[in-house]
Amino acid sequence: MTTETTTPRHTALYEEHERLGASFTDFGGWMMPLKYSSELAEHHAVRNSAGLFDLSHMGEVWITGPEAGKFLDYALVGKLSSVAEGRAKYSLICNADGGIIDDLIIYRRPANQDGDRYLVVPNAGNAPTVAAELAARAKGFDVTVEDATANTSLVAVQGPKSVEILLQLVPAAQHATVREMKYYSADEVDFTVAGAPLKLLLARTGYTGEDGFEIYVPNANAGSLWNALLEAGQSADLLPAGLACRDSLRLEAGMPLYGNELSLQASPFDAGLGGVVSLKKDSDFVGRAALEAQKEKGSARKLVGLKGAGRRAGRSHYPVLKDGRTIGEVTSGQPSPTLGYPIALAYVDAEYAEPGTRVEVDLRGKPEPFDVVELPFYRREL
Amino acid sequence: MSNIPADLKYTAEHEWVAAADAEGTVRLGITDFAQDALGDVVYVQMPEAGSSITANDVVGEVESTKSVSDIYAPVSGEVVAVNDALESDPALINSDPYGEGWLLEVKLSDPGALETLLSAPEYEQQVG
Repeated sequence: MTTETTTPRHTALYEEHERLGASFTDFGGWMMPLKYSSELAEHHAVRNSAGLFDLSHMGEVWITGPEAGKFLDYALVGKLSSVAEGRAKYSLICNADGGIIDDLIIYRRPANQDGDRYLVVPNAGNAPTVAAELAARAKGFDVTVEDATANTSLVAVQGPKSVEILLQLVPAAQHATVREMKYYSADEVDFTVAGAPLKLLLARTGYTGEDGFEIYVPNANAGSLWNALLEAGQSADLLPAGLACRDSLRLEAGMPLYGNELSLQASPFDAGLGGVVSLKKDSDFVGRAALEAQKEKGSARKLVGLKGAGRRAGRSHYPVLKDGRTIGEVTSGQPSPTLGYPIALAYVDAEYAEPGTRVEVDLRGKPEPFDVVELPFYRREL
Repeated sequence: MSNIPADLKYTAEHEWVAAADAEGTVRLGITDFAQDALGDVVYVQMPEAGSSITANDVVGEVESTKSVSDIYAPVSGEVVAVNDALESDPALINSDPYGEGWLLEVKLSDPGALETLLSAPEYEQQVG
């Protein structure tokens, strides 16, 4: 329990955030920038131009060895052995009861002399648990599990102008590679940062609903990369962006947040993540029997999107009502900066999960009308 | 650093109240500290002009993307004016909390009520 009482950790970019005048928040055991100036301005910058995020609080766990794919097929709910080198996959790590320990992005990297290689990226607050759980599950497999969180920084450029910003730090010979990178792919790319060459793992992934990139960088180079991206983004109206707008951006994109929508008590099927659970895998995996039973039984409650008819927003834990009776609970909610009306994610009894269903959310004692809508709330134009 | 003008009165709930005019009417709003903690205000709900409010009662709310905060009446009296500009531009609360971002004007039922509120130095101690 020591992690809850100790001082929050600082990322390698903490001083850069201080210099930019950030207000900080303790998130997942880390002192992270909440906002630099205005979270609304930062939100709109990501939707319209670009935002620069420090995501170094996320974990990085490397799985290496001849049985890396086979091991991940056992440890996680997805079939990671069939992911091609250079591609990424969203997955879950569940316990034996089918409860969600964390949601993850897994990158498959090219094999080397040590065997197949995967990079597993858990959420900040769950990273130590996930690393420990993977290490425990690795018993009997020919793999090594290495938690590189403490040495690795993660910087994200998100928004429609992220490509043009990134290309300024990449030699012309690699421009085509970067431009043509597919969503959910990753590649080692040569950067020029502060006049020096730097080979970094670049991924076309994100948590904002926009085009964008995430760059894995050793702590020692994080500051110079951060400042080079800030400078390159100046003409494109890039803003440094904090966790406040990260939350509003992911909610508009209908993406779940661990601790809100996902938890040990939440079923992947209730959360709309049934497609992530590979019951077609021909091998056993942790949670398989429980998840098969869950699927067989069907979902009594489902995660839905809610759109407010008025202006007041529902917030986490507010009751969802139908004819005065509680039929669910909001997990995340706020006024949508892009759409201009309140949006929320909520678990509701399955019979009320159909889009178009009118429900009410109890807003501090006063019920207000909301409608079940299709997710995501916001989808970028391609 | 939070801006705490010396000529205003304050509550522990982070409202400010200006000195009364000749008719015993005061203007009030939320403090710089409160607007900064809330973040960008996107919606304000306030009592209607003509309604009566009672000190320490919840009379409205200020909503940002991040959170929502109740507005407590710092004084008792009749609401004589509501800042309509906040309807179309709630961000005035962030940009100018003591000026264009004011919330209400209230005709005091007890002109002595202001004496019970916090002075600027007392409020400054609260927000440390």
